[in-house]
Amino acid sequence: MSENGSAMIEVRGLAKRLGEQEILRGVDLSVAKGETLVIIGRSGGGKSVLLKHLIGLMTPDTGKIWIDGENIIGLSERQLAAVRRKIGILFQGGALFDSMTVEENISFPLHEAGERDPKKINEKVREMLEVIELEGEEKKMPVNLSGGMKKRVGLARSIIQRPSCVLYDEPTAGLDPVVSDSINRLIRRLQKRYAVTSIVVTHDMKSAFHIADRIAYLHEGRIYFYGTPQELEASGDPLIQDFMLGRSERESVAESA
Amino acid sequence: MFTGLLSALGGRAISFATYVGDVVMLAMETIGAAFAHKIRWRLFLQQIVEIGLRSQVVVMITGAFTGAVFAAQTYFQFNKLGMGSAVGAVVSVSVCRELGPVLTALMVTGRVGASMSAEIGTMKVTEQIDALRALAVHPIDYLVIPRLLAMMLSMPLLVAECVAIGIAAGYFVAIFLLEVNGTYYMANMVRWTQLRDIIMALSKAVIFALLIVFISCHKGLTSREGAVGVGKATTEAVVNASLAVLIFNFFLTMGLNIIFPAGYQ
Repeated sequence: MSENGSAMIEVRGLAKRLGEQEILRGVDLSVAKGETLVIIGRSGGGKSVLLKHLIGLMTPDTGKIWIDGENIIGLSERQLAAVRRKIGILFQGGALFDSMTVEENISFPLHEAGERDPKKINEKVREMLEVIELEGEEKKMPVNLSGGMKKRVGLARSIIQRPSCVLYDEPTAGLDPVVSDSINRLIRRLQKRYAVTSIVVTHDMKSAFHIADRIAYLHEGRIYFYGTPQELEASGDPLIQDFMLGRSERESVAESA
Repeated sequence: MFTGLLSALGGRAISFATYVGDVVMLAMETIGAAFAHKIRWRLFLQQIVEIGLRSQVVVMITGAFTGAVFAAQTYFQFNKLGMGSAVGAVVSVSVCRELGPVLTALMVTGRVGASMSAEIGTMKVTEQIDALRALAVHPIDYLVIPRLLAMMLSMPLLVAECVAIGIAAGYFVAIFLLEVNGTYYMANMVRWTQLRDIIMALSKAVIFALLIVFISCHKGLTSREGAVGVGKATTEAVVNASLAVLIFNFFLTMGLNIIFPAGYQ
């Protein structure tokens, strides 16, 4: 059992080394059911690596992870399947199956779960297309979709089976401000509509303030700050201020001199 | 310098042993999973089309020209000894036992093995395999098992096709171009070609199918980042599978010859 019984996700002392580089150096994190946690941090700081650990796509060197009370460390790929059914993940590039249409991508989890009734499948796909506001695009191939559309289809595919938790890997990275805003609104809408626990990895501060219940700042492989968006904003910590204002280290040193 | 050389050789030996071990592990896991988990018949049929149906032309051309040139070369030598009518027997037995299975396997490696490793490799580097895993679908069940089953069914049929066309092309060249006596040609061919030669061809086909599938899928699944990684994986898959086919062929010939000896008994 996890230390905190009501937590959807709990992480203790997670450490991971990739080659010579120490990516995570003992991450502790707890996400309550229904909560939206945004993990911010510099690019290459291990945010995506942390997210991949939460769904068992990577194995830590040390540390423990509980998903809905179950320790997932040490589970085999096949044993992880049951845990993974509770979690949806939106990959940075959408990770759509490029040999399938939008419709086939979205309905993929239903087919895999053994659903054979075309009427039911169609109904659920329509509902998802409406949620992601992509009605009429169902016959398109992923190669013909824009970055934002790919992410929305990826999101529909990950939530069609109603997971209790959704992980988002840089949902707004590389998108223009208007599309970014539509993705943020979509994440908010999903939270309200399905009451899912969400973990969003991003370095987009606007997005973070828009969707977060709590924010964690990952710095040098550890959680440097954990609190509400208001607490983050009020923080006088120079490192956090630099990150929020987008100041590079050199400039901040020059200014303080 | 000597220790440096030894350490380099040792390093190579260890990485080769690890690689072989990895491929064997993939094979064992796939075969185990094929019995224990559901089979995706739609994907299996798609692979049959890709592997079996779309390899037809390549295999037919390979069989036809190999049989034709082999009949011609054998005739040029045998005719000097007045043994022109024995060409049919030599062509038939050789195509069954060696040329048919090996050349089909090499052509399938180039066409199908390359596409398997490139496709799976691209899926790996674009996070599609991670997406499968995140959706609680095991990549072996979804990607490797349908390819394995399709190859196991397609390869014996492709080899049989290559052998039949090779023999027919040899017959055509010998009878119509080199004017060998058709009756003697056929009589010698039927007398010297036995069921065991056909069994040998089909046995080799099944084993080559296993080699191609596992070597190609393994390279795809372990492909490194980016287009360079996928390109490298594809090249290595084709080279490794081709070498494995040629090396295994020798040992299979020696081993199977004990069970199914060549020649008229």
